[in-house]
Amino acid sequence: MGFVTPDYGTIFWMVIVFGITLYILKRFAWKPILNALKNREASIYEALTAADQARKEVAGLKADHDKIIAEARREKEIILREATNIKDKIVAEAKAQANAEGLKVIQSAREQIEAEKQEAIKDMKKQVVELSVMVAEKIIRKEMKEHKDQEALVNELLKDLKLK
Amino acid sequence: MERFLKQMIMLKENNPIKLSKLTKLTVLVLASLVIALSPVKLFAADEHAVEQQPEEFDAGKFVMEHVSDAFDWHIATIGETHISIPLPIILYSNSSGWHLFWSSRFHHGTATYNNFRIAHDGENAGKIEEINEHGEVIGLPIDLSLTKAVAGIIVSVIVLLWIFLNVAKSAKQNAGKAPKGIQNLVEPIIIFIRDEVAVPAIGEEKSEKFMPFLLTLFFFILINNLLGLIPIFPFGANVTGNIAVTMVLALFTFVITTISANKHYWKEIYNPDVPWWLKFPIPLMPIVELSGVFTKPFVLMVRLFANMMAGHMIVTVFISLIFIFSQLMGPATGAAVSVVSIVFSVFMTLLDVLVSFIQAYVFTLLSALYFGMATQEHH
Repeated sequence: MGFVTPDYGTIFWMVIVFGITLYILKRFAWKPILNALKNREASIYEALTAADQARKEVAGLKADHDKIIAEARREKEIILREATNIKDKIVAEAKAQANAEGLKVIQSAREQIEAEKQEAIKDMKKQVVELSVMVAEKIIRKEMKEHKDQEALVNELLKDLKLK
Repeated sequence: MERFLKQMIMLKENNPIKLSKLTKLTVLVLASLVIALSPVKLFAADEHAVEQQPEEFDAGKFVMEHVSDAFDWHIATIGETHISIPLPIILYSNSSGWHLFWSSRFHHGTATYNNFRIAHDGENAGKIEEINEHGEVIGLPIDLSLTKAVAGIIVSVIVLLWIFLNVAKSAKQNAGKAPKGIQNLVEPIIIFIRDEVAVPAIGEEKSEKFMPFLLTLFFFILINNLLGLIPIFPFGANVTGNIAVTMVLALFTFVITTISANKHYWKEIYNPDVPWWLKFPIPLMPIVELSGVFTKPFVLMVRLFANMMAGHMIVTVFISLIFIFSQLMGPATGAAVSVVSIVFSVFMTLLDVLVSFIQAYVFTLLSALYFGMATQEHH
C-alpha cells in the first residue's frame, strides 16, 4: 500500500468510527465533564466570594469593636474627670463648711468667754462691794470717830479698787 | 539529550501530576520497546546461526512494512514462521458481489483465495486484485477491509471511550467534590484545551459549541500518537502516521469550519479588504483566499501525518542499522552498533512522546483558530 495515497477503505472506516466516537463522547463524556467543571468552578467562585464577604464582615466587626472600645475609654475618662471634679468640690465644700463651723465655734466660744468675763466682773464687783462693805464696816467699827476720815478712806479705797 | 532532559525536569517541576503520569508512560513505552526489540535481535541471531545462507536484509522494505498499513497485524517472525493476527477482509466485486473472510486466507500474501490475491508489484502493488481462472487480473474490488490501521483506530477508540466514560462517571458521582483518580489526569488537559486553546481562539461563548469536537480531536490524536509508540499488540499501529486517518480528521475540521462559517468569513474570502486592483480585473486575492480554505486542512493533514510517520520511520531505521551493519561487517559490529542504535531509538521514542503531545496540541489549536476565523464578527 502506498503510504502517501489515502486508502479509501481506511477513510470509510475512519469517518464511521471517528463520527461515532465523537457522538458518544459528546453525549456521554464531554457534556457531563464540562458541566461538572463549570459547576465546580462556579461553586469555588461562590465559596471564594463568600469567604471574601465574611472576611470583610469580620473586618467591619473588628472596626466596630475598636470603635466601641474607644467610646468606652472616652466615657471612662469623662466619668473619671467628673468624679475628680465632684470630689474636689466636695472636699472644698467640706473645707469651707468646716472653716465656717470652726469660726462659728470660735465666735460662740468668744461670746461665752465674754459673757463669763462679764459675769465674773459682775461677781467680782459684787464681792468687792461686799468686801469693801466689810472692810468699811470694820474700819467703821474701828474708827467711827471721825466722819471726815471715814469718807476720805472710802473714796481712797474706791479709787484703788477701780477696775477696768 | 541533556537539554531535553533539563526541559523534562523543568516540566516536572511545573506540573508534577501530569508529568509523573507522563514519566510512567515513558517508562512503559521504553520497557515495551526493550522487550519488543530484544526478541527481534535474538531471532535475528538465531537465523544467522541456523541458516548458512541468511536471507538478504532489505532495510527499505523493513521500514516501509513497519510504517505502512497492512491486511494482517504482524507481530513477529520466528525463523520462517510469521506470527500475525488475521483481520477481516471485506470486498465488493462487481462480478461476484460481497466477500467477507479473514486475512489469514492469503497466508501472508502468498496465496490466492476465492480469486482474490494481494498484488506485490505493478501499479496495484499492495492492493487486493481479482483474477479469473486463468490467473489474469480482471479488476480491483471495492476494498473496505478492516486493515491494521482501522484495527488500531478501533483499539484506540476503545481506550478513549473507556477513559472518558470513566471520567464522566466519576465527574457525575463526584459532582461538587474534588476530582480523583484518572479524572485528575485529564481535567487539567481539558481545562487547558478550553482556556488556552478554544476560548482565546474562538471566544468565550462560541467556543462551547466547538469544545466537544476539539476535545475529541485532541485526545484521539494524542492517544493514537502515544499508543502508536507502544510496539506490542494491540498497540503500535501507525494510525496517526496514516494519511487517510489525518485526512479524515482534517476533513472534519474543514466541514465544521465551512458549516459554521458566517457572512463575514465568506465576505473576507470573496471580497477581502484590499486595494481594488487586487480584485479587479483579475480576482487575485479571492483566489488566494479561496485556495487558503483548502490548503489549511491540507496542511493539517500533512503535518500530523509527516510528523508521526517520520517518528516511526526513524526508530525503525535506527533498528535496521543493526542488521545492515551485522550483514556488512559481521555480527560483532552489529552488536556494537546495536548499543548506539538502541540509545538513539530510545531518545527518538522519548522525543516522539513529546512530539505526540505537540502535534495533538497543534492540530487542535489550528482547528480552533480556523473555527474562530469562521465565526468571528466584523470589527
